Amino acid sequence: MDDRTLILFIVLPFLAAFSIPLINLVSEKAKTFVVAIVSLVLMVLSVQLVVRSPESTLYIPGGWYPVENIPIGIHLLSDGLSRFMLLIVNTLAFFCAVFAIDYMKQYTGQKYFYTLFCLQLAGLNGVVLAGDMFNLFVFMEVAAKSSYALVAFGVKRTEIEASFKYQVMGGLASLFMLFGITMLYWMTSTLNMADISLVLRTSEIDHGNTIRFAQLFLLAGISIKAAMIPFHAWLPDAHSSAPSPISAMLSGVVIKALGIYVILRLFINVFEPDVFISQVFAVLGGISMSAGVILALGAWDLKRLLAYHSISQMGYVLLGVGIAMGVMASGGSPESVALTLTGALFHMINHAVFKGLLFLSAGSVEYATGTVNLKRMGGLARALPLTMAASFVASMAIAGIPPFNGFFSKFAIIIAAVQGGYYFRATLGIVVGVLTLASFLKFQRYAFFGRPDPGISIKEAPLLMKFSMVSLALLCLAMSLFIFPDIRAIFLDPAVRTLLESTDYAIKNLHP
Amino acid sequence: MKGMSVIVKKTAQLLSAMIFVFGMYIITHGHVLPGGGFSGGVLLASSFIVLILAQGKEYIKLKKQREATSVFESLSALLILLLGISGLFAGSLFLFNNYLPKGQPGELLSAGNIPIYSILIGIKVAATLFTIFLALTIYKEEVSK
Repeated sequence: MDDRTLILFIVLPFLAAFSIPLINLVSEKAKTFVVAIVSLVLMVLSVQLVVRSPESTLYIPGGWYPVENIPIGIHLLSDGLSRFMLLIVNTLAFFCAVFAIDYMKQYTGQKYFYTLFCLQLAGLNGVVLAGDMFNLFVFMEVAAKSSYALVAFGVKRTEIEASFKYQVMGGLASLFMLFGITMLYWMTSTLNMADISLVLRTSEIDHGNTIRFAQLFLLAGISIKAAMIPFHAWLPDAHSSAPSPISAMLSGVVIKALGIYVILRLFINVFEPDVFISQVFAVLGGISMSAGVILALGAWDLKRLLAYHSISQMGYVLLGVGIAMGVMASGGSPESVALTLTGALFHMINHAVFKGLLFLSAGSVEYATGTVNLKRMGGLARALPLTMAASFVASMAIAGIPPFNGFFSKFAIIIAAVQGGYYFRATLGIVVGVLTLASFLKFQRYAFFGRPDPGISIKEAPLLMKFSMVSLALLCLAMSLFIFPDIRAIFLDPAVRTLLESTDYAIKNLHP
Repeated sequence: MKGMSVIVKKTAQLLSAMIFVFGMYIITHGHVLPGGGFSGGVLLASSFIVLILAQGKEYIKLKKQREATSVFESLSALLILLLGISGLFAGSLFLFNNYLPKGQPGELLSAGNIPIYSILIGIKVAATLFTIFLALTIYKEEVSK
């Protein structure tokens, strides 16, 4: 089915990006609202896409038809998983953009910030919608390049160093990805993901270990992008030195869209799930989960602490994905796979909301006090009551305290691990949850309670910053409603179904 | 730095005009001859760069020029996108909808939308390259102060 609205997700941010320098010539103030307006429009569109119908739609901008049954040209594909990701990306982008309007007033060169923000948004939407490997790669690069520049936006020494580290690691990851894609193209002579999946599942040629080789290259590339523990070196620096709205985007969306989404798409939809890869994911997930939280316990830089928690929470998601793939590969019951995947995807959307909120409240604290060092803060509860309330909600959500959203998704992942017979992984999940609670109590204690530092002057956050934080805090509570089957059926189930019926991926999306 | 000798300056001035015209030719014949927006744009940018290299950087006000090139850069990218979107309204394809009259193959005025894209890409590439050059020159100037 031809669906023209899909192209808007890529074109609108690009249009905004290139018109911001021109709008800046006319009015300095107007340009700050452009990103917020564009992402609001896209958020509404993505909600509408999710709610409208569960059927997958396709848009081919070039209008070229398959040659010898091999689809050519750019394919934009929206199925359950893509729509779910679009919803996460555009919702968080909207709140970050609103937050940025007031927050970015302390920086110079704002027009570059907004332009880069739009380019990043366009890249992320493109990654999520891409139906062929090459466009996936191109949009990944668009998102990654703008992220590099945004990390260095403050042009202080540490920020430039972080950006450089990010660029080197990101460049390496892209190289691995490109090599993996090339090998896949060589084996299947097609770049369309649905077609690759079809060829790999039906072809009579035995590729032997070549396919494993390609998989490992892709795995290495994505692992760096998703910052799993042995590959995580760039993340704490990059996420903690970007301006706060961008930290929220990086932690909340970028590592998911470039990391977890691509893993789900490639290793469940395109390749057949197999036991070896599933174990790699589960082990990487387990290590990231536990090591991330231990590193976070020792951090005194607020944003760095949050960045380590991103690694840890992505570990949960990855653990869930690994368990689901393992059960799928060994032919377990679909109900059990569905539960695990629901848990993983639910935790992903939850993490986007509460980690976004945590970084925004860190930004608000930084705006008020001018420091991110926890030891120099204290007693902010009186001066910043709203920030405190919002960050308290987010802290409880990330630590998995009911009734906040994080509890239900972690619970689903742990139950799924027990059902699959992985008792060690389940125990690990619980232990990491407790450690997460400990480190967030530390954050609350040092930032908001205790004795205020007399040397620091405090100014309250402006209205638009408060608006973003309060809305995200409300979302944290509202997303607990996903446990009700009726609401889950709209938002989560189509995405889970896309992954579960992975054999249908090729058939549905080649000729929808 | 006051630039190079008179001989170099005069030659650069003469050459620059020729490079510029050749760049224009490559861009406008993008759909019938080898080359096109990118290679022509590089030539356009290099015609300016040759001038600055020969005359020294006091020849023009660098910062002011950089602002102007940034505007051209954004404007051309914006126009490319708008042209692409106009395709969406004229039919159902984005960016690849060649709805203008096609003309005779091999003629200068042919191939529908493609020459327009070619020209816009030429402007974009020229502006981008020149902006990069100016940014590096300004950076070096600010560091050496």
